[in-house]
Amino acid sequence: MKLGVLFSGGKDSAFACLRAMGKEEVTCLITVLPKNPESYLFHTPNTGLTALQAEAAGLPLVTVESEGVEEAEVADLSRAISRAVERHGIEGVVTGAIHSVYQATRVQRVCHSLDLWCFNPLWLKDQEEYLEEVVSSGFRFLISAVSAVPLDEGWLGREVDHHAVEDLKAMARWHRMNPAGEGGEYETFVLDAPFFRKRIEVLRASREYHAGHGVFRIEEARLVAR
Amino acid sequence: MILVVDLSYRPGSLSLDEFVAPVECIVRNEGVTARMRHYTGLSRQDIASADGVILCGTALKDFGYLEALDRFAWLPSFPCPVLGICAGMQVLVRVYGGDVHSATGIGMAEQRVVAPDPLLAGKDRFLAFELHCLSVAPPPSFTILAGSPSGVQVIRHRELPVYGVMFHPEVRNEWLVRRFLSLCRPGKETGMP
Repeated sequence: MKLGVLFSGGKDSAFACLRAMGKEEVTCLITVLPKNPESYLFHTPNTGLTALQAEAAGLPLVTVESEGVEEAEVADLSRAISRAVERHGIEGVVTGAIHSVYQATRVQRVCHSLDLWCFNPLWLKDQEEYLEEVVSSGFRFLISAVSAVPLDEGWLGREVDHHAVEDLKAMARWHRMNPAGEGGEYETFVLDAPFFRKRIEVLRASREYHAGHGVFRIEEARLVAR
Repeated sequence: MILVVDLSYRPGSLSLDEFVAPVECIVRNEGVTARMRHYTGLSRQDIASADGVILCGTALKDFGYLEALDRFAWLPSFPCPVLGICAGMQVLVRVYGGDVHSATGIGMAEQRVVAPDPLLAGKDRFLAFELHCLSVAPPPSFTILAGSPSGVQVIRHRELPVYGVMFHPEVRNEWLVRRFLSLCRPGKETGMP
């Protein structure tokens, strides 16, 4: 079955892509680029770099811009998926949703209206085990945004290795946050994945942090040999 | 041992992670042994050694299980409790002589309990995650326990501990699976009339 992966550039959509590749044929990545950083439905930091990630993976990328207005985002998503059907003949869509009923409901409705399959291979996974699994599977990713109190400016741009996983798990227990960031506590950017042919090297980036919210904005990056 | 049955389009599919693994996780977290099997690969030994069966849901566009109902002919003579979730509920209804028809429910929806039962004890109304484009018309041997605007949501056989649930209890209503498991333990009183 030909599938398109809703791809934000973060660890969840990238890991979902890996799972889908193991069982079906992934023919493209699909990214919705929200202009609104407070998007309800889509991941926002560094989504402009999914083109570089798609190139690293050797997969075509379908992009659609969105104003990031709550329910209009669903129409933008539908437009993006329709475009992937036209260009790459996808029969279904894969998402990296873990616990978000809000996100899952909207993607399922769009797929149903377009008569497409919808798969959520990370659905309801234990978040601590999942986070460890992503790191152990050979993914390299950094924290690209934070929006929860225990995650301070020092986390922006930090690569998530086994030590960082332990820190996130400890914080999750103390502060009742989701260790894998599913509640929007943090966002990630994937530098390398098992299905990448090249990895991404960040050459220049900036940090913005204010009142518990911060973004690690990648301003220049390139592909290098793995 | 609880037999957790995968009704998806093929063994080891992407839907296994989404619809079967979370149910198996709830079973294991209750300290109960779970055996996961695809419906096309069930052995007599799997069925004979089970203290209960959970038939899991599958993707919205997946209907292959309804074209293979002969694979479920063992259900009416299975002596222990059965819980059919979504696709599993549709299978139960068809195997027992009822019907399915188009009716879509996607997302959280209010469930109204309409008849008392140990499985839903203490619940009057609650929210649950629906993901279906078929609904059921249960046969006379079943009673309707709960419904939502999209149709019948919970049913039970009038004489057997056999339940069908159209919503997905593994999403935010794990209590329902845990209550079902309490009916399955060997020697446990089923609470049936």
